[in-house]
Amino acid sequence: MSPTRAAPTAPRPGPAAGPGTDPQRRPSAWRDRWYRFDVRYLPYLLIAPFFLLFAVFGLFPIVFNGIVALRTWRLDDPTLDGWAGGENFSRLLGDGDFWNALYNTFGIFLLSTVPQLLLALVVASLLNRKLRAQTWFRVGVLLPYITPVTASTLIFTVVFARDTGIANWALSLLGIGETEPIDWRASKWASWIAIATMVNWKWIGYNALLYLAAMQSIPRDVYEAAAVDGAGPWRQLWRITVPMIRPVVIFTVVLSTIGGLQLFTEPMLFEPNSAAATGGADGEWQTIAQLIYKVGWRDLNLGYAAAMSWALFLVILIVAAVNALITNRLGGGKR
Amino acid sequence: MGRAPQNMPGSFWNYLFLSVVIAFSAFPLYWMFVIATNTDEALAKIPPQVVPGGELATNLREVFSMQDVFFLQSLGNSVIVSSVVTASVLFFCSLAGFAFAKLRFKGRNALMIMVILTMTVPNQLGVVALYILMGYMPGEGGWNGTLLAVIVPGLVTAFGVFYMRQFILDAVPDELVEAARIDGATTIRIFWSVVVPAVRPAMAVLGLLTFVATWNEFQWPLITLGGTDYPTSMVALSDLASGNYVLYRRVLAGALVATLPLLVMLVIGGRQIVRGIMEGAVKS
Repeated sequence: MSPTRAAPTAPRPGPAAGPGTDPQRRPSAWRDRWYRFDVRYLPYLLIAPFFLLFAVFGLFPIVFNGIVALRTWRLDDPTLDGWAGGENFSRLLGDGDFWNALYNTFGIFLLSTVPQLLLALVVASLLNRKLRAQTWFRVGVLLPYITPVTASTLIFTVVFARDTGIANWALSLLGIGETEPIDWRASKWASWIAIATMVNWKWIGYNALLYLAAMQSIPRDVYEAAAVDGAGPWRQLWRITVPMIRPVVIFTVVLSTIGGLQLFTEPMLFEPNSAAATGGADGEWQTIAQLIYKVGWRDLNLGYAAAMSWALFLVILIVAAVNALITNRLGGGKR
Repeated sequence: MGRAPQNMPGSFWNYLFLSVVIAFSAFPLYWMFVIATNTDEALAKIPPQVVPGGELATNLREVFSMQDVFFLQSLGNSVIVSSVVTASVLFFCSLAGFAFAKLRFKGRNALMIMVILTMTVPNQLGVVALYILMGYMPGEGGWNGTLLAVIVPGLVTAFGVFYMRQFILDAVPDELVEAARIDGATTIRIFWSVVVPAVRPAMAVLGLLTFVATWNEFQWPLITLGGTDYPTSMVALSDLASGNYVLYRRVLAGALVATLPLLVMLVIGGRQIVRGIMEGAVKS
């Protein structure tokens, strides 16, 4: 499992191996210098593009964000550019929109992450059998992953239409909302469920493949021993498989935390008038990422938007750490 | 009895459940096709229209001839952005991956750890500052609103470096690199004639994953290209879908066109994509 290996031995250019000492040719100083450059400095040149681009377009913006957050930075009036100190942050604490968005983000996050990972686990364990058309099934569960979120959200927008949507029609067959169809955009719960469905749809298959990969490297005799002891498939899944793939489970938990708390496209396009970025008439499903977009590029207040994104950053760090800790406990604590 | 799941043949329920999962995965795509091929009247019916109609050509013609959303040009932009980013990621990430896997230099391990750490930094959180930064880029009015703003930040990825390193570590024997070195080959020469031929499969996977991810990008292109006439196809789609009177048959016809290249990729390279994702998972 571990990629760790001994470091490759360096090709040490002994005096006889160097091209500059070829007896047929006169050792040229230029060739020598080129050789030294090639061996000693070229590696840095090869990795430089990554570090340069990351420094400029990845790291710098996040740090710079901290400075922007301490300034008044308006897109409509550049002359208002000045020091704000903690103003943006103190305003944040009293901003109902922010707390509402935080609440929504957590609600949708819980409704999407928990079922997503549990179902992915079940799907993975089903894929982890001797199956016919194995490749076909695996490629099939990956359909949502390659579908653009933009496209799938627009499809779900139609599926969750109040009067003509197929979701309400299907529910009415089950006797739900027969007299009064569910208005998926009218309440927090309904809109959260609709958006969480989109997120779950997109990520179950991808996570299942990650779990499947880990499951396949579990030694088979562990299961054989468990089966001899009388553990059924369900017990085997929870007592053997899950604890043994714990690193991948933690990885997916952290990954879906980072992704889930930054949810943007689904809440944006779930609304017919998406450009306003309000997330429902009353902000029923407005997430923080969406609010940052609204504050920054609709209300043109970049300084305040930067403060919000720093707050979100902190929230993500805390939640990801807590989640990783809990997952670690769950898998490790054998009671 | 005592058999590992990997050796157990799937039961009837196993197949049934998986088929339901596949149906659930494919349903929205099917539904997109149903709506994209129907008329307004058909879509207002209850119970809903469940079979494709014959109006696809009409709907597509409407999408491509709209007055305020230039869908064709936006598709072209998506092709440009995704191709350039993919080519660049393949080039720079295999070079860097090669350096990390097979070359010796001071600080190699520390730098590799930095690469891995950068994968956990959510770039999206810097969008406000990135937007301001783009405004300061050389050229009239900076890079916002131009394709450069979406291309340049994507030219290399930490995941790409990591992925290529893992693969080159296993796929290229050290002896081969040394032998080439003794024969007098330069580092670049070794890369070109020894490494590249050995890692073609990994490059295919990385290329597919990068293309899909770049094509599907929405938030940053919306911020920097939103409001311009020629954004990427994802932003153009959101333009199609916003307004007071949205025709969903038209929106989803556009979505169909923008999804099609990715479906084709999944059909051609599905096996490779699956393998790539699974390999990446075990090693990380």
